[in-house]
Amino acid sequence: MKKFEVTYKRRLNDNMVWLKIYAPLVARKARPGQFIILRTDEYGERIPLTMAGHNEEDGTIDLIYAAVGRTTMLMDQLEVGDCFADIVGPLGKPTKMDGLKRVCVVGGGTGNALAYPLACGMHDHGVETVMIEGFKNKDLVILEDEFRAGVDELYVMTDDGSYGEKGFTTAKLEELIQAGEKFDEVIAVGPPMMMKFTCQIAEKYGIHSVASLTAYMIDGTGMCGGCRCNIGGEDKFVCVDGPEFDGALVDWDELIQRSAYYSDQEAEDRAHVCRLTGGVRYHD
Amino acid sequence: MINLVREKNPMPEQAPDVRNKNFLEVSSGYTEEMAINEAMRCLKCRKKPCMSGCPVMVKIPDFIAKIAEGEFEAAYQIISETSSLPAICGRVCPQENQCEGKCVHGVKGEPVAIGRLERFAADWHAEHYGDEEIKPAESNGHKVAVIGAGPAGLACAGDLINKGYEVTVYESLHKTGGVLVYGIPQFRLPKEIVAAEVAKLEAKGVKFVTNAIVGRAITVDELMKEEGYESVFIGTGAGLPSFMKIPGENLLGVCSANEYLTRINLMKAYLPEYDTPIQHADKIAVVGGGNVAMDAARCAKRMGASEVYIIYRRSMDELPARAEEVHHAMEEGIIFKLLTNPVAIKGDEGGHVTGIECVNMELGEPDASGRRRPVVIEGSNHVVPVDMVIMSIGTKLNTLILDTTDELAANERGGIGADASAATNRPGIFAGGDAVTGAATVIKAMGAGKTAAAGIDEYLSK
Ligand SMILES: Cc1cc2nc3c(=O)[nH]c(=O)nc-3n(C[C@H](O)[C@H](O)[C@H](O)COP(=O)(O)OP(=O)(O)OC[C@H]3O[C@@H](n4cnc5c(N)ncnc54)[C@H](O)[C@@H]3O)c2cc1C
Ligand SMILES: Cc1cc2nc3c(=O)[nH]c(=O)nc-3n(C[C@H](O)[C@H](O)[C@H](O)COP(=O)(O)OP(=O)(O)OC[C@H]3O[C@@H](n4cnc5c(N)ncnc54)[C@H](O)[C@@H]3O)c2cc1C
Ligand code: SF4
Ligand code: SF4
Ligand code: FES
Repeated sequence: MKKFEVTYKRRLNDNMVWLKIYAPLVARKARPGQFIILRTDEYGERIPLTMAGHNEEDGTIDLIYAAVGRTTMLMDQLEVGDCFADIVGPLGKPTKMDGLKRVCVVGGGTGNALAYPLACGMHDHGVETVMIEGFKNKDLVILEDEFRAGVDELYVMTDDGSYGEKGFTTAKLEELIQAGEKFDEVIAVGPPMMMKFTCQIAEKYGIHSVASLTAYMIDGTGMCGGCRCNIGGEDKFVCVDGPEFDGALVDWDELIQRSAYYSDQEAEDRAHVCRLTGGVRYHD
Repeated sequence: MINLVREKNPMPEQAPDVRNKNFLEVSSGYTEEMAINEAMRCLKCRKKPCMSGCPVMVKIPDFIAKIAEGEFEAAYQIISETSSLPAICGRVCPQENQCEGKCVHGVKGEPVAIGRLERFAADWHAEHYGDEEIKPAESNGHKVAVIGAGPAGLACAGDLINKGYEVTVYESLHKTGGVLVYGIPQFRLPKEIVAAEVAKLEAKGVKFVTNAIVGRAITVDELMKEEGYESVFIGTGAGLPSFMKIPGENLLGVCSANEYLTRINLMKAYLPEYDTPIQHADKIAVVGGGNVAMDAARCAKRMGASEVYIIYRRSMDELPARAEEVHHAMEEGIIFKLLTNPVAIKGDEGGHVTGIECVNMELGEPDASGRRRPVVIEGSNHVVPVDMVIMSIGTKLNTLILDTTDELAANERGGIGADASAATNRPGIFAGGDAVTGAATVIKAMGAGKTAAAGIDEYLSK
């Protein structure tokens, strides 16, 4: 097996893909909640992705990603047998699980990919785990069978009701709490706006909330400061201090603002990849 | 024969308004004639004051004498006896505070251009002997791990492989070189030079494992207990950027110099074929006065900014950057706002930077370090309109290795504790460079790597 070779590829829907990659040094130490940073090739950006799983024996890690921009679209060009230029990890702190009895994990869209190892990890650790998956519509639903096999209870929500139950994940969370469900912790994984409201509902009912933040990153080792976030009035680096933080301490408005930073340039890049090259690099 | 001219031979340079638009090296270095002419300025002082200024005691008058005789390779060999990275140190050492600061010529005129001559000898060697075949060293059977591929780690690995150790270097980034590749820009230190040094080490048999974060992927204890390394050198640098903790620092368009420089140098944002996103701002303020600030400011100019400010709270005399970089930055049109300190960063409704609010300072009584302390002039608040702010006010030590290595002791600065022979409190574990001292210089890091190699050799020979 070659270093960083793709050993498995499965399309989950139009937009999301599951990969297994040979990265034994990373697989050895990976824990739920941790992530890697990869580069497709010499010209590529370094982007962070959560490990959806890992297998120490065969030395592989799992990634589930949404093709949203230049790098993730280029990743679609890689097939089984192709190699990534670089994969570094495991990065970040593993999810805290000790002392928890029953939790609710709330995933929004792509965030469900990040929620998957976390929720199953909780369950495997002996924590009763309720999962609420939310999507815009039926076509975007992913990992339903995987979650059903891996957690204690699963609710699938769509905004338009085209699949599962109609409504937002936040409404489902509130409904469960009002129906008398007791959670030690609510963990939100998804777009910043969705995490903000999820954490606010948890706080409203006096439940501890945790949010998994996805800041822009370069090195992932605390060297660039690009991933800094305001947590309880202090600057924290998501890559080394996180990625999970106490939801009550996150400065959501700042986070929402910062997450839109490079959007313009990226929209241009994206158009460039698709229009001019059909996703293939124009140089070697 | 001695050349009695009081000024250094100037180095041929790209014109300032040409070079501030490209990333090619500022200076092409001395020609053979220039080098010989400059070498002839050396007085061969019996007490060799220059040597006492060099942290690794390069035999300065000896190598300069060889250059004067036209024996360039011999000059290179003399430098190599004590320095592992002459092409790099000749370019980036703060010579005015080190070797050249002690040169007797400095009293009445300009010192001998020791750094430029060192660079000349190293470049001459690379040009004429660069392709020479290197024989891998014979193994003595002992395994040593080096953590971090910056100047400290590279120097340590180089000395150890020459002594016959089996050396593996673990580096967390995808490229080797440490600050030499991710921090110091191409126009000051071409990356090809760093790559050539690494290639030489590889040819000798040093193994490099990139993308390997020690402390996460594998710990120091595991390297020693499970992977069979008898000794470990830690040269992980001091990379954690500090921020000022002033209002507005998390606005869009504020970043650390490390982030800005990493995007440009490591990730090549200045080359169109790379995907690296970078903000192209028109007016940029760089806060700080060290080498890092100068590098960020000069990169900003080259990335197309029309106005670039250096904002520094003390005066010209206290600027910690190398004299040559300050001089080059001024020539390139960087605007120096000295005795000025930021108090807040201003933004618009969308959260984008619109300006940096500063106060003027004056120099008061000397502080503990002997430097006159800057004091705020009340009521001098003013806003400098900019659309990007780069913070370059220093770095802290990363505690990952300390946190994950059993009973490894820290020093009073929060770095890894190490004595004069680079030994830590744990037998077999050595440390050096910025990871021990906090942000310092390439030559000091290199020197510490060499000291550690000697210490490791002694430890494993027992
Ligand atoms: C710790 C961490 C774990 C992550 N795990 C996963 C994962 O398991 N699966 C997955 O699909 N994605 C994950 N992400 C997000 C992923 O890193 C981004 O989708 C990816 O960087 C996009 O790169 P790109 O070049 O394809 O898109 P770009 O062209 O860079 O961006 C496309 C769009 O995505 C947005 N975007 C880019 N990066 C981020 C980011 N870091 N956070 C929020 N929005 C962003 C941009 O604003 C833009 O609108 C994670 C991010 C972090 C920080
Ligand atoms: C922009 C800039 C300009 C500078 N200009 C000058 C100058 O002109 N002259 C001068 O003398 N000095 C200059 N310096 C300072 C000089 O570069 C440093 O003092 C020197 O590089 C320190 O060397 P080092 O080997 O100790 O650490 P570094 O060069 O920082 O190298 C450490 C290496 O270790 C790696 N690492 C860190 N943690 C881990 C881990 N856990 N596992 C594996 N690898 C790890 C890092 O990725 C890095 O590659 C400058 C510094 C900067 C940032
Ligand atoms: S290594 Fe640096 S300090 Fe020493 S002689 Fe060379 S340039 Fe001067
Ligand atoms: S002090 Fe200056 S002149 Fe004297 S030996 Fe050293 S370099 Fe030559
Ligand atoms: S990614 Fe650079 S500090 Fe976190």
